[in-house]
Amino acid sequence: MNDHTRLIHSGKDRDPYTGASSIPIYQLSTYAQADPEHLGPYDYGRSDNPTREALEHTMAELEGGARGLAFASGMAATSSVLLLFQPGDHLLVGKDIYGGTYRILTTVFRQWKLDVTFVDTADPECVRRAIKPTTRALFVETPANPLLNITDLRAMVRLAREHGLLTLTDNTFMSPYLQRPLELGFDIVVHSATKFLGGHSDLIAGVAVTREESIGRRLRSIQNAFGAILGPQDSWLVLRGLKTLGVRMDAQQNTAETLARWLQTQPGIVKVHYPTLPGHPGRDIHLSQAKGGGAVISFELADGPSAVAFMKRLKLPLVAVSLGGVESILSYPATMSHAALPRAERLARGITDGLVRLSVGLESAEDLIADLNNALTDKQHRTE
Amino acid sequence: MPCKISTLLAQAGNRRDPATGAISAPIYQTASFSHPALGQSTGFDYSRSSNPTRLVLEETLAAADGGFKGFAFASGLAAIDTVLHLFHSGDSIVVTEDLYGGTFRLFEKVFRPLGLNALYVDTSDLSAVEQALQRPGVRAIFLETPTNPLLKIADIRAISALARARGILTLVDNTFLTPVFQRPIALGADIVLYSATKYLAGHNDVVAGAAVVRTAELASQIGFFQNAIGSILGPQDAWLTIRGLKTLPLRLQKQQENAQQIAVWLTSHPRVRNVRYPGLPQHPGHDILNREHSGYGGMLAFEVDEAARVPAILAGVKVFLFAESLGGVESLITYPAVQTHADMDPALRARLGINDRLVRLSVGVEDGNDLVDDLRAVL
Repeated sequence: MNDHTRLIHSGKDRDPYTGASSIPIYQLSTYAQADPEHLGPYDYGRSDNPTREALEHTMAELEGGARGLAFASGMAATSSVLLLFQPGDHLLVGKDIYGGTYRILTTVFRQWKLDVTFVDTADPECVRRAIKPTTRALFVETPANPLLNITDLRAMVRLAREHGLLTLTDNTFMSPYLQRPLELGFDIVVHSATKFLGGHSDLIAGVAVTREESIGRRLRSIQNAFGAILGPQDSWLVLRGLKTLGVRMDAQQNTAETLARWLQTQPGIVKVHYPTLPGHPGRDIHLSQAKGGGAVISFELADGPSAVAFMKRLKLPLVAVSLGGVESILSYPATMSHAALPRAERLARGITDGLVRLSVGLESAEDLIADLNNALTDKQHRTE
Repeated sequence: MPCKISTLLAQAGNRRDPATGAISAPIYQTASFSHPALGQSTGFDYSRSSNPTRLVLEETLAAADGGFKGFAFASGLAAIDTVLHLFHSGDSIVVTEDLYGGTFRLFEKVFRPLGLNALYVDTSDLSAVEQALQRPGVRAIFLETPTNPLLKIADIRAISALARARGILTLVDNTFLTPVFQRPIALGADIVLYSATKYLAGHNDVVAGAAVVRTAELASQIGFFQNAIGSILGPQDAWLTIRGLKTLPLRLQKQQENAQQIAVWLTSHPRVRNVRYPGLPQHPGHDILNREHSGYGGMLAFEVDEAARVPAILAGVKVFLFAESLGGVESLITYPAVQTHADMDPALRARLGINDRLVRLSVGVEDGNDLVDDLRAVL
């Protein structure tokens, strides 16, 4: 089935009782039982909710996995997946993993004695050298935030299979429309569904999809025991968002590519990071595992003051935390997503004071370029 | 609290939208908040961290329980889970033995593998609690009172005093009585936990959880975990819970009235044994509730003379719904051995008295005589 079609007709998101073209929002906590000795398929809202189930089924279909599970946030999904491990287990995690994931690994899960090493997953040799006898899993993100560094997913799967490791990846930046890690052999995909899947900046949600039913069952029992589930209203909104994921992603990606190429030609811009730009170090690998570069770009201005002045002059993008919405969102990694990193460590990772991240929305490319151009030329007037 | 709890709850969220004056707090269905300028914030950045609708609920619950701060979660278990991250691998926690099956499962299936050791005791027995607290590595006591489904009562004031003397935290699951009837923080507890799915929301239409903490220090720890782990409550469900809270005192009064009527009636029924309702004078925890609390709640449990009778009762009721959960406006009948406590070891179930003759009622706000007639017909 074509990817666009699959987004519209992915499964259980219709009401078998009335035929309603949109699954009802089952706003409930419990279900009346007909037979005391044989409980029905639905017994309690935390365990099962038809609206949430429709989303979970759809996500499993889209990612090509055995089982999908929806959670209260991307972090709730990641936290639930991390409960698959035990004290003493060692995890290899990409050094530019999402800051929230870094935070729980170094606080919450450190106190439960999970052993974590952060490695440069863009270099498979680096990963191989970090494997220990206690290593249980490999957790990567590609493209990674905010420099859009690329990790070779197939190489990770080969390494993991040699050493019997579980492979986890955060697919938030790409969505299953552009990249399907389970089809390349990954075991678990997690998403902040707040971003491209929901796509309208109007909800907080998370999803995990497993390749195999056996891991899916374990994660499902954690979901029920830990209870960090997604509510019915938000489940329904994600489903609604998914219907337009393909058209949104196509449009946002087109604009992002246009902006990235345009930014490269601007004198005030030192460097542009976008996975499919010629010269991007991971370009070939990325194109071998994903359908496109996505809708997030980052670029560097000369220094901190130039970046701040530039951001203040922009009129269209919202300055906000988050990404993946229909509106362009601008963020400043140095004080926002990566504020928790010590400055020296941040600079060592290439996240300079001049770096700006732009999540490209559905506004017209022309309007966005005019806005960027204004902000850049104004800045130049001021510094000249 | 500047006013009575019914006043506080009736007005929850009433003055939160100065732009329009909306009497009902808006549902902020948003992920993110635009910053007025770089380096500035409206106080809201990202809804996982804080959402204005969820905040109304959190502040209302904190005020109702007399705590420093409240936190709302995706489910009652998500609330308990988040709070349990206060502890470390190798710690022990004393836990009420006949507690909600989901909490039991969380301790055994999620936290025991991580190295948190739950020690189960009969927390209605003060000397048993005192002994357990002396075990090495104990960092907290987790009370459920009244317990589910046996309705045993723990003395929160006495137990939290013992715990405090040893520098140990007292956690209380207050789902059954709610702040309307029982305010654990005033009695010395440190953290109060809720399945807000039950009485707080009260309409069987939401799955939600909450925690209220006594101190600023606990608030900063739980606040960190809530944001980091991210098992938050969505805005729609937060709003429905606020909506439910407004009628909580009215609902509970009526539910208690009905429960009392049913309990008294059941006590004299020839096929019924061991009616467990804290409002009955012969209930072992009756005196503690009389002294410390302002009500007995709407939950009761009883045994029928023969287990074989249970399926017909569950299938035959016309007013009660046979369903899992409790605390809603509609009366529910539950079979704990098969439903809520299925994950508990059968030997432990038998020792506690959660046998296959035990039936639990969550009494709703229907007419009391209709409920009694319904039970009369099936018994």
